[in-house]
Amino acid sequence: MKKLSVLVVSLLFSGCDQADLPPTTSDLLPTEVADRLPPLAPRTFGFGREATDERIALWDIDVKPDGEGLPSGSGTVAQGKLVYETQCIACHGATGTEGPFDRLVGTEPWEEWPSARVVGAYWPYATTLFDYIVKAMPQLTPGTLTADQTYAVIAYVLNMNGLVADDAVMDATTLPAVEMPGRNRFVPDDRRGGAEVR
Amino acid sequence: MAKKSSSPLSRRAWITTASGVVAAGLIKTQADAVKIVAQEVPTPAQDPTKVPGRLTSELGQRAPAEQPRRLVRSPNLSSSSRTPLQDLYGIITPADLHFERHHAGIPNIIQEEHELLIHGMVERPMVFSMADLKRYPQTSRIRFLECSGNGGGAYNRDRMPTEVTPQALDGLLSTSEWTGVVLSTLLREVGVRNGASWILAEGSDAAVMSRSVPLEKAMGDAMLAYGQNGEAIRPEQGYPLRLLLPGWEGNAQVKWLRRIEVTDRPTMTREETSKYTDPLKGGRARQFSFVMDAKSIITFPSFPYQLPDRGWWEIQGLAWSGRGKIVRVDVSTDGGSSWTPAELQGPILSKSTVRFRHLWDWDGRESHILSRAVDETGYVQPTIHQLWEARGERTSYHHNHQRVWKVASDGGVTFGLGDLV
Repeated sequence: MKKLSVLVVSLLFSGCDQADLPPTTSDLLPTEVADRLPPLAPRTFGFGREATDERIALWDIDVKPDGEGLPSGSGTVAQGKLVYETQCIACHGATGTEGPFDRLVGTEPWEEWPSARVVGAYWPYATTLFDYIVKAMPQLTPGTLTADQTYAVIAYVLNMNGLVADDAVMDATTLPAVEMPGRNRFVPDDRRGGAEVR
Repeated sequence: MAKKSSSPLSRRAWITTASGVVAAGLIKTQADAVKIVAQEVPTPAQDPTKVPGRLTSELGQRAPAEQPRRLVRSPNLSSSSRTPLQDLYGIITPADLHFERHHAGIPNIIQEEHELLIHGMVERPMVFSMADLKRYPQTSRIRFLECSGNGGGAYNRDRMPTEVTPQALDGLLSTSEWTGVVLSTLLREVGVRNGASWILAEGSDAAVMSRSVPLEKAMGDAMLAYGQNGEAIRPEQGYPLRLLLPGWEGNAQVKWLRRIEVTDRPTMTREETSKYTDPLKGGRARQFSFVMDAKSIITFPSFPYQLPDRGWWEIQGLAWSGRGKIVRVDVSTDGGSSWTPAELQGPILSKSTVRFRHLWDWDGRESHILSRAVDETGYVQPTIHQLWEARGERTSYHHNHQRVWKVASDGGVTFGLGDLV
């Protein structure tokens, strides 16, 4: 019964401007206008509970391209070699080029096409390595590397790609500063519909 | 209890049909008879008007001869399966045939324990249980979902297939009626702060799949879906909760959704940098190429069907656009020299598949049949030459060029784009 009244009211008022509501998208059918909240909707419903700082910290482990979100800790190329050879080598090969899964290492420039989506040529941000590895790798035991181990194995992968020196130490300051050859390759999507094929 | 006279299966019928069993003294009660007949599935040799049918059951099953299946090529932890487009009618994909694409397997999630966290640039960071989410105003929409890698197998000039089904070529496409809560309702609840421009959506699978999505889309037609074709969303499609971004590439529509962070910049996750980006000519790569442009494919006739004789055949297929409604689908039976508008089967919904039909009087000669979709922005599904010209021959993703089938003089159908390039 409540739902029916919501539907009716929203159909009646669907033409009204609601400054505090998100704009309706142009592609909705007239019947779908009922999807939007009607004017009688309260400012907030209150279903759900406030998220504590502890709860947010538990899940908010992503890393932004400027380094925001990187934890404390550090790792060296030499430490990373040990991590790589125990945790990564089976899928990515002894030198990061053999597979059987994603090839990691390669520095060949691409004036026309990348030969592979390797870290040393394609990846635009070094921080992405931390964001991805700490959550999703190793594939069979994801999320088990410590922050130190993650920094270390990234140092080793970057070193194999010729992007950092043999004595490099990766941490929350040095990782975002690594210059990535792929950085300026990316352009925004310019497809807009209409007659032109892009 | 129903009265005996209104029972669909009278005692007399049981005695008649199970008389042999009765004569053998095996039936002592009507309940025994029900058990015996319920197990008996009529064979085609039997006249179904002379044999009582099966009883009702708690869960329906497909007819034994109708067993469409997803196509699974090489199951592994980062894998996909494809919808049998050529086996389906209408526009809705049965939920158990919806294509799959996941990056670290399908997680086992207990709905009662699943929660969604929304935080970041918001006034009130909040945690929602599934019960909380289901208490918000509900909506249902019919929308297609397509992997942006769909159809890539027919893009490379040197590896153009011939013996490929619609399923194998373009089966990373499905359409469902999705039910859930409009995302803007929840963003309104938490209060998005000024200056916010993106969200990060994150899944609860072993890949912790995450993608950045512009806030404009999140506040537009994005929704959080917990229902699919009238029932709870399938585990393969994100049970108990997935992000739905109508018309956009599948990868961004994060499944098993557990977290949304409102931000002022993209997070630059692995999927939106090293993976779902499209290299272009001139040493560039297109990023955040979300929208699935207009596309169509003839699903009948297609490989491996063989037309048994010349004469009238109804060419059928599916068309869709991530930018809105399909307004026209043209069909050609002469390799693209001439085109005729096909019949569009209503309802024509925005960002949904539409079925098209075209009656064809086949004269028995070798023919190349193809379709091109036109959407409400005026975009016309391009030829492969147009895409090659715009993006180069070695790009990845968003391969929405026209699909061609060759009908040989013996009626055999193969994928025929290679003949025309």
